[in-house]
Amino acid sequence: MLKIKNLHANVAGKEILKGLNLELKAGEIHAIMGPNGAGKSTLGNVLAGREGYEVTRGEVIFNGKNLLELEPEERACEGVFLAFQYPVEIPGVNNTYFLRAALNAQRKYRGEAELDSVGFLRLVREKLEVLHIGDELLHRAVNEGFSGGEKKRNEIFQMAVLEPTLAILDETDSGLDIDALKTVAEGVNRLRSADRGMIVITHYQRLLDYIVPDKVHVLADGKLVATGGAELALKLEEQGYAWLEDGGIASLGVESAGQVLQP
Amino acid sequence: MSGEKSTIDGLVEQKYQHGFVTDIESDTLPPGLSEDVIRVISARKNEPEWLLEWRLKAYASWLDMQQPDWAHLNIDAIDFQAISYFSAPKSDKDRPQSLDDVDPKLLETYDKLGVPLHERARLAGVAVDAVFDSVSVGTTFKAELMKAGVVFCSFSEAVKDHPELVQKYLGTVVPQRDNFFAALNSAVFTDGSFVFIPKGVRCPMELSTYFRINAAETGQFERTLIVAEEGSHVSYLEGCTAPMRDENQLHAAVVELVALEDANIKYSTVQNWYPGDENGLGGIYNFVTKRGDCRGPRSRISWTQVETGSAITWKYPSCILRGDDSVGEFYSVALTNNYQQADTGTKMIHIGRNTRSKVISKGISAGHGQNAYRGLVRMTPKAENARNYTQCDSMLIGKKCGAHTFPYIEVRNPSAKVEHEATTSRIGEDQLFYCLQRGISEEDAVSMIVDGFCKQVFKELPMEFAVEAKALLEVSLEGAVG
Repeated sequence: MLKIKNLHANVAGKEILKGLNLELKAGEIHAIMGPNGAGKSTLGNVLAGREGYEVTRGEVIFNGKNLLELEPEERACEGVFLAFQYPVEIPGVNNTYFLRAALNAQRKYRGEAELDSVGFLRLVREKLEVLHIGDELLHRAVNEGFSGGEKKRNEIFQMAVLEPTLAILDETDSGLDIDALKTVAEGVNRLRSADRGMIVITHYQRLLDYIVPDKVHVLADGKLVATGGAELALKLEEQGYAWLEDGGIASLGVESAGQVLQP
Repeated sequence: MSGEKSTIDGLVEQKYQHGFVTDIESDTLPPGLSEDVIRVISARKNEPEWLLEWRLKAYASWLDMQQPDWAHLNIDAIDFQAISYFSAPKSDKDRPQSLDDVDPKLLETYDKLGVPLHERARLAGVAVDAVFDSVSVGTTFKAELMKAGVVFCSFSEAVKDHPELVQKYLGTVVPQRDNFFAALNSAVFTDGSFVFIPKGVRCPMELSTYFRINAAETGQFERTLIVAEEGSHVSYLEGCTAPMRDENQLHAAVVELVALEDANIKYSTVQNWYPGDENGLGGIYNFVTKRGDCRGPRSRISWTQVETGSAITWKYPSCILRGDDSVGEFYSVALTNNYQQADTGTKMIHIGRNTRSKVISKGISAGHGQNAYRGLVRMTPKAENARNYTQCDSMLIGKKCGAHTFPYIEVRNPSAKVEHEATTSRIGEDQLFYCLQRGISEEDAVSMIVDGFCKQVFKELPMEFAVEAKALLEVSLEGAVG
């Protein structure tokens, strides 16, 4: 579903991604871990098409399309969803109204009929129930005055309603207490499906206790330096990222990312 | 991303949708202003002697006055002798008795503006006193209003049919020599609206007037007077659009509101005069004096305005809170795009005890637009326990526009409380990207964000007007980004 080949990207003239390769199949969840400044969030922003993230080399093929040629809103309509590390407040814009506008923009793009408010509300109630989220978020302005946990829950709720093909969760666990973390993780697990791929970007292993990934990648200095199963995350947790630089990969016997993806 | 094209910088290229000219032959006076011109206007309108005298007195004052230059506006000199001060549709001679008699072309004009007069009035239950250039051409729902004892007619009709009311209240809120533009208006005003709500009556419908400037080079000088007697209620809506034109057109209206004891007046405006093109050529100069007098105890006057049009807006709808426990409110959205300039705000003059006022102002600047909020809150020595709350927010779209705030606070009573809050924000790249990432187009995202910003004001507007205001803002912001 997603093929990233030799991706190089600059932010403010500085190269952050330096030849990243990744292949994600439908139905899989990949975790991307790595130290601060490795380029984890940059990857999410590049895939979503944020302004200021300049791709200098490489390609990204998403469901057969060249993702990098699309505008950010087109990528969203193609099914790319980014759960923001810092969800943005939009004062005065009702959360439900916002989400309906988003869903209908995407439906329109795909040539589907737009949902009227009754149909939309039905869908929303359904999703809230599944996610065990109260409806108080519906009546407020987008993220305005939300606590950190509420903002992240709102991201997961949006994801549930928009039903993306590719979901990228950018440090969705950061700043969450254990209960909020569980809610978020449960939401993600419920959205796991055979035709949906997910990239979970995280700094800590903690989230992966609740969301069990098919693969764990380690991103360091703009490249994936190691790939393994869930056990890699545990090892990282135990040893810290410094261990990578001390030749830890070899000692663990995991494949290096380069070997996996090189043709 | 599309590189530099998608930076939030553009805000130009918006075309005025209502740009067309109806070819109805106008019966227009040659340009120029003199006592004779004023006599001609007064004679054409068959006015009583006292009104002519009143006009001439205003003219004499005006001759002594200077055009004010304190506003944050860059205005080309106005040649008042180059303006024609009277223009009436030719069908004036045999005035239409009902909408059926109205020139179909005129109705078509309203249709193009999205104001199908008859349908709109019938469907929305709104009485419409439409002003086309300087003479009123159609009034609806008169009978129903009459049953309630409400007078809603053109100013000229009021002079004819209710001279005692006009004489009693005209100029009592905005005196002839109040300011340069009010004096000019007092001398040469041609028509406008008159509303009288008798004691204890709640006006059965919202009263609405559509204004439209049409004949070229014709200044439009409207005069509106609304009197609400003891315990009465009225909601008045005013909206305007103007056709495309290159020459600057002068508009200097005066609106006077009088609220007696326990009376309640709500005055809403959606202003969409032609703003000029994307290079700042043309557009209406709008110098308006609007003032409400809360004359009686517990009276209330509320101004709500959505200002998206005009090349220049100079306008400060104000409240004189004379009666004890009276309340004044001002809710405003002012948008400047391209080369538009606005210097707008309010004056809240607290005279009575326990008087309260609330000011919510939202300024949006885009393109090269310059937007200034200028507000005065005055607590006079007698204003025991008076309170004011002012919130003044500015939003900038792009990097070439400007927002300015000029608050004037004068407190001469120690028990008075005045609060002032002000914020300035730039429409965020992060807000935009958040919307885009959910699949919402850039243009929809901008109007959504702006709409959210203005929500506090929009919710004060009557329903249909709120919808219209929102649409207008969207149209005015088209091409703002990208």
